Amino acid sequence: MVTTVVAEGTSTVSARPPLRPALDVVWAALSAVPDPEIPVISVVELGIVRGAAWEDGRLVVKVTPTYSGCPATEMINTLIREALAAIGVAEVVLVSQLSPPWSTDWIAPEARTRLKGYGIAPPHVMGGRVDVAGISPLRRADVIVPCPRCASTNTQLLSQFGSTACKAQYRCIDCREPFDYFKPH
Amino acid sequence: MRPPTPASLFEYLQRLGDTDVVLAQRLGEWVGHGPVIEEDIALTNIGLDLLGQGRMWLSYAGEVEARFRDQGRSEDQLAFLRDGGAYRNLLLAEVPNGDFAATMARQFYFDQFHLLLLRALTRSTDPRVAEIAAKGVKEVSYHAERSTDWVIRLGDGTEESHARMQRALDDLWMYTGEMFAADATELALAEAGIGVDPRTLREPWLASVATVVSEASLTLPKGEWMQGANGRGGKQGVHTEHLGHLLTEMQYLQRAYPGAQW
Repeated sequence: MVTTVVAEGTSTVSARPPLRPALDVVWAALSAVPDPEIPVISVVELGIVRGAAWEDGRLVVKVTPTYSGCPATEMINTLIREALAAIGVAEVVLVSQLSPPWSTDWIAPEARTRLKGYGIAPPHVMGGRVDVAGISPLRRADVIVPCPRCASTNTQLLSQFGSTACKAQYRCIDCREPFDYFKPH
Repeated sequence: MRPPTPASLFEYLQRLGDTDVVLAQRLGEWVGHGPVIEEDIALTNIGLDLLGQGRMWLSYAGEVEARFRDQGRSEDQLAFLRDGGAYRNLLLAEVPNGDFAATMARQFYFDQFHLLLLRALTRSTDPRVAEIAAKGVKEVSYHAERSTDWVIRLGDGTEESHARMQRALDDLWMYTGEMFAADATELALAEAGIGVDPRTLREPWLASVATVVSEASLTLPKGEWMQGANGRGGKQGVHTEHLGHLLTEMQYLQRAYPGAQW
């Protein structure tokens, strides 16, 4: 496993000695950081925070990107920094960890329900498969994406890419509404 | 065969990264010009994936460069401050967009190759190469699925769409040979288990492409002469006239305002 330090920073809140909040306090703070694109779920529920530990008085937080070109990555790093500064963490080292690659299987079960309530069909379970699609144009026949609004299974793929790289666009033939589907990844 | 030098790994990583970055730039040219909004969004989302992967390859390239030079360049320095002759992308990536069929045919040829390449690189003995490939393979699966769908949809569509897709496949065919042409750099890295011998990818690529082309009621091109496959192509820094124009636009800001930041 290889990791890259993407950013280091010191937030000087006051002249007092830096606090070292317990890790459960740290995780609680991280769990309150929303995903900027899908604010109904947190970055922890999304499964992209891979670790938090104190090392030599600095808090090392490992974050993995969802998609390699995801433009929200920098915003997420900023939000994590702010949340940790708010509980008094003086020094944070954010480490970008690529391996193992993020999977939608890491999305917390309760977050999947919330995604649906937000109008996004939650992803099917990948079950450890790496290749999502392959080349067979007929392969998609066995994937049914129920409409998050009316639960109809009479839905149709419009495009494999939606408002963000992690979502596909579908439409419901019954209630006529378009919707996003969080692609299994 | 001698073990690969850091310089040859640097060379190899630039090839991987530059192809991604140049194709991402081409796809970005579609912003606001897609035939329908879904396709406009899809083309640029694919460009974004490729840009993300390109950044990872070039960042690593810069770190490897520091192993044999005083200093390695950053991903930005590599992307924005190298001239065309220093770019190592496949010629296929720099071919202008043409119409929608040409863009999708280019993507189809490339995606099928890219998927095979990244799958093979997930087994690289260089852990950094393996993890970047593992990240990319998930994204490229969707790219390949989409370009496959479009080749079939246009090929098996109207008389006009069929004719355009066939023309696109024919016109771009001569750029496909370079993907599978191995030179000393690639062979040394393949030997060391870091890279892939691209010749091994040709047969599975051809099988996948032929299946889809047949499904689309199109004809697989037959030409044997291949642009840049003689060891003097994009991978060696010998480009078509199109790359310079692309870089002129892509690098404008850093050339005009050196060091400018958002």
